[in-house]
Amino acid sequence: MVCQFCKLKEATVHVTEIADNKVKKVDACAACAKEKNYNDPAAFAIADHLLGLGAAQKMEEASEAVGALSCDQCGYTQADFKKSGRLGCARCYDIFSDGLDSVLKTMHKDIRHRGKVPAGMQSAQAGVQKLQRLNRDLQTAIAQEDFESAARLRDEIKAFKPAE
Amino acid sequence: MSILDFLVPASEACQRSGPHDKIVLSSRVRLARNLRTSPFPSHSKKAERIRAFETLMPAVKSLTQLGSETFSESMDKLPALDKQVLVERHLISREHAAKNAGSGIVLNREENVCVMVNEEDHLRMQALRPGLQLRQAWMAIDAVDTALQEKVEFAYTERYGFLTACPTNLGTGIRVSAMLHLPGLVLAEQINQIIQAVNKLGLAVRGLYGEGTEALGNVFQVSNQMTLGEPENDIVERINKVLLQIIEHEENARLSQMEKKPAVLLNHIGRAYGVLGNSWSISSKEAMNLISFLRLGVDLAVFGQTPKSLTDELFLRSQPAHLQLAHPLREKLGSDERDLFRAQMLRERTSLIPKPDPQALLGRREPESPE
Repeated sequence: MVCQFCKLKEATVHVTEIADNKVKKVDACAACAKEKNYNDPAAFAIADHLLGLGAAQKMEEASEAVGALSCDQCGYTQADFKKSGRLGCARCYDIFSDGLDSVLKTMHKDIRHRGKVPAGMQSAQAGVQKLQRLNRDLQTAIAQEDFESAARLRDEIKAFKPAE
Repeated sequence: MSILDFLVPASEACQRSGPHDKIVLSSRVRLARNLRTSPFPSHSKKAERIRAFETLMPAVKSLTQLGSETFSESMDKLPALDKQVLVERHLISREHAAKNAGSGIVLNREENVCVMVNEEDHLRMQALRPGLQLRQAWMAIDAVDTALQEKVEFAYTERYGFLTACPTNLGTGIRVSAMLHLPGLVLAEQINQIIQAVNKLGLAVRGLYGEGTEALGNVFQVSNQMTLGEPENDIVERINKVLLQIIEHEENARLSQMEKKPAVLLNHIGRAYGVLGNSWSISSKEAMNLISFLRLGVDLAVFGQTPKSLTDELFLRSQPAHLQLAHPLREKLGSDERDLFRAQMLRERTSLIPKPDPQALLGRREPESPE
């Protein structure tokens, strides 16, 4: 069977649609099917199966939101995501984040992590806080003309970020 | 050393005991982690997978939390039968058993911490405990994870937490689960109600080998589904609470069956004993369902002093890979011969169990008043 659109390539996508009580059959090659947006309905079913009912629809919305994005690090596309329900690499979570939150809402309690924080991140976060506190104390000390404390705080701040 | 030499024999493995182990067979907590710089294994090329494997295997092996003696191997070096034995011991997933070069496993001597390298994520690390010990399992795997973070950098963002190949595992990457033996609820036909109630709490109920498997031998797996937006401790505590309730329901179901329908209960247990002791060919499915009633009988003291480890051992030994392992033909043992061999093993072992004593059940009934 030849593709009904380009009439050149072999039709590999066969879709039967029922709209307004009329049956419409489409036989297209892969390229034309993609162009005319005849998606593989089975792909959604897999997403539903994996991620829970409603997830496939959310993912479809999500993919519309992100358009034809692909990951600059691993080459993963939104079509890959839609098909497998999985992401390709850590960077994908940045790239596809726009549409992702609505998907995450359907499957999780919240869309913000509230669990374990890696030790490295903890000290980094704590470090930022400590530096902020020291700077605040320094400003107060200067304002109060407590130069002895100010000098000590200045040295502490200096010691805190030797790399810079 | 082969994994089969490393693992303790089935008889010894079944000796492990823990709190509530009449009903809770085992507790497990698993964490999913990925390297920051490498694509997830499900999407990466073989060379990338091998690079991740070569980073992770030595890092995991060197963890003092796993003790001095570990077993580690690349999946392509493990024969199919050995992999299947690991699946039957619930140490690796069926998916991981299908992996080859670029994937691996690290197991500790106690067989209670097992790390899968390059499953769906770079790391799937799990801690197992007999009986209901979710907190202990979580603490054990938490310590492994913390120690590993000093050696490798995981994919993590403040917003989404630990990043995973599948967004269903995102955040904590935690899967807390317990394997439950619930013949009472099945007999009382309350199991579907329980499953529905548990589902409503956002927990999944699955069969013996996890996702998409049948509940053979009245064994069910309960686990969390949500991993993002909640701290690990809350998830562990919530499941713990739900499990305690299921345990109570199962105990009640057993008691009410004993009180109201002791003959039905005895019939199931007695027939299980009869078939297991006298069959000459039996499928693993039938065997497991019957052993479940044998175990129930042991729990209810119908078989005198018979320890539950004996029925647990029958359960494990009835499964295909363990059966093949015990036979000189090994993997060449076909399924028909396996059914014959299984029946022989079960006949021999059941003969060690005394006949069911109906008084254990009937004797507990209130004596009828003389009038």
